Amino acid sequence: MTEKKRIQTLDEQVIVREALQALPEPSRRLFLRHGLTLGGLSLLTGCSLSDDASVGNMLQKVSRFNDKVQAWLFDPNRLAPTYPDSMITRPFPFNAYYGPERIPHVAADDFRLELSGLIADRRPWSLTELYQLPQTSQVTRHICVEGWSAIGKWGGVTFSTFLKRIGADLTAKYVGFRCADDYYTSIDMPTALHAQTQLSFTWDGQVLPPEYGYPMKLRMPTKLGYKNPKHIRAIFVTNTYPGGYWEDQGYNWFGGS
Amino acid sequence: MNAKSVIQPAWLRLTHWVNAIAVVLMAMSGWRIYNASPIYPLVFPAEITLGGWLAGALYWHFFAMWILCVNGVAYLLANGLTGRLWQRFFPLRWNELKADLWAAMRGRLSHADLARYNAPQKGAYLFAMADIALLIVSGLVLWKSVQFPLLRELLGGYDMARKVHFYAMWGLVGFVAVHGLMVLLVPRSMLLMIRGR
Repeated sequence: MTEKKRIQTLDEQVIVREALQALPEPSRRLFLRHGLTLGGLSLLTGCSLSDDASVGNMLQKVSRFNDKVQAWLFDPNRLAPTYPDSMITRPFPFNAYYGPERIPHVAADDFRLELSGLIADRRPWSLTELYQLPQTSQVTRHICVEGWSAIGKWGGVTFSTFLKRIGADLTAKYVGFRCADDYYTSIDMPTALHAQTQLSFTWDGQVLPPEYGYPMKLRMPTKLGYKNPKHIRAIFVTNTYPGGYWEDQGYNWFGGS
Repeated sequence: MNAKSVIQPAWLRLTHWVNAIAVVLMAMSGWRIYNASPIYPLVFPAEITLGGWLAGALYWHFFAMWILCVNGVAYLLANGLTGRLWQRFFPLRWNELKADLWAAMRGRLSHADLARYNAPQKGAYLFAMADIALLIVSGLVLWKSVQFPLLRELLGGYDMARKVHFYAMWGLVGFVAVHGLMVLLVPRSMLLMIRGR
C-alpha cells in the first residue's frame, strides 16, 4: 500500500520509473499488475496476488479493446473546437514526467530531425528547412488525462503535409516519436493524417519555449496530452506496435479525445 | 398476497446486482481519477479508491463502463418490453409523493405489499435511472469530447461536463445511501431482491 500511495506526484513517478528501469522485464510487468489491482481487490474481495495478475491481464485486454473502439469512433473529418485568442490559458501549464529543472535545452544549430522506417526520403531535416514548410496555426484545447484542460495556440506545419513530403507510407499503422527528454510515444495513422494534427514550432506566435517542447512538438487536439510528444528528435513510420512512455505503464494507447 | 408469486423476476434481480457492482467499481475508480486533478478542495481518501494510481483507476473505470452500459440497456429493454416500467413506476403523482414522504418521516409508510412501489420509491428509482443516464452521457463527453460535439455543447463544454459528471456522481451516492438505509429498515426487501419473492 505504501508504494502506491507514493506514486502520486510527478516527481515520485519519475523515481519509480527509474527504479523500474533497473528491474528485469518480468518484475516490471508484475509490479504494474500488482500496482494496478492490489489496493482495489484487497478492498473488494481480498483476492490473492496470483488472482491479481490475471485481473490485471483482463484489464489490459479491455484497454486494448477500447483502443479499437476509439479507432472506430474517431471521425477523420471531425474537427476539435477552436477558440478565440482571448481564451488562451495564461500562463499555460507546464507538464511533463519530470519537474521544470529537467527541461531539455536543445541546441538549434546542429539539430537534425531524424526519420526512419517506412519513409521514402529519410534524409534528416534542419530547423530552417522545417520552418520553410507551409505554416498553419490553431487555438485548441489541450486535455490532460488527469482531467484538467488548457487552451493554447500552436503554429507549425500540418503533419499530413510533412508526411506526404517525406514520402511516408500512409497505409502503415503507426507513427512513432522519440524525444530529447527520453519520452517516446506513437499514434495511429488516421490521427496522424487528421487536418488538425500539427508538427508545431511555435506557441502563441513565439518560437516554442523549452517548457512547451522546443524545438518541436506534435499537437493533436483529438488526443489527450500525453499523446502529444514534445522535444521531438526522431520520427518513424512502422507497422510494429511501438508503445509509449506512459502507455507502457498502463495509460490507454489510443488516448483519443 | 400469494407468497409463491415472484415479485422481482430473475432478469431484474440479475441486472440489479450487476448494476450494483458496476456502480461501486465506477465510483471507487472515478474518485481516484478525480483525485489526479481535483476541481474542488475535496479529495477522496486513497483507501476508498480503486486502481492504486491514475492509470489503474482508468483501467477499472473504462472496464466497468461496459458493464454499466450493457447491463443498463438490458435492464431498460427488459423493463420496457415486459411493460413493467409503466406498471411499476407510473403514474407518479406529486400529491402522493408528498403524502408518502410525510408518512415515511413519521415512520408510518406501509410496506405491506412489496409488489407495489410507493411514490417515493417510484421517484427514487426513476431518479437513479435518469442519474445513471446522465453519468453515462457526461462521461461520454469527458472520454470523447471531440467525437460527440452535440452532447458536449448540450452539457456546456468539456469543463462543465466534468462538473455535471461530479454532481451526478453525488446524486447516485446519495441514492445508494438512502436506498441502503431503507433496506436496513425493511429487511424483507433484501430477501426480495435475492430470491424474487
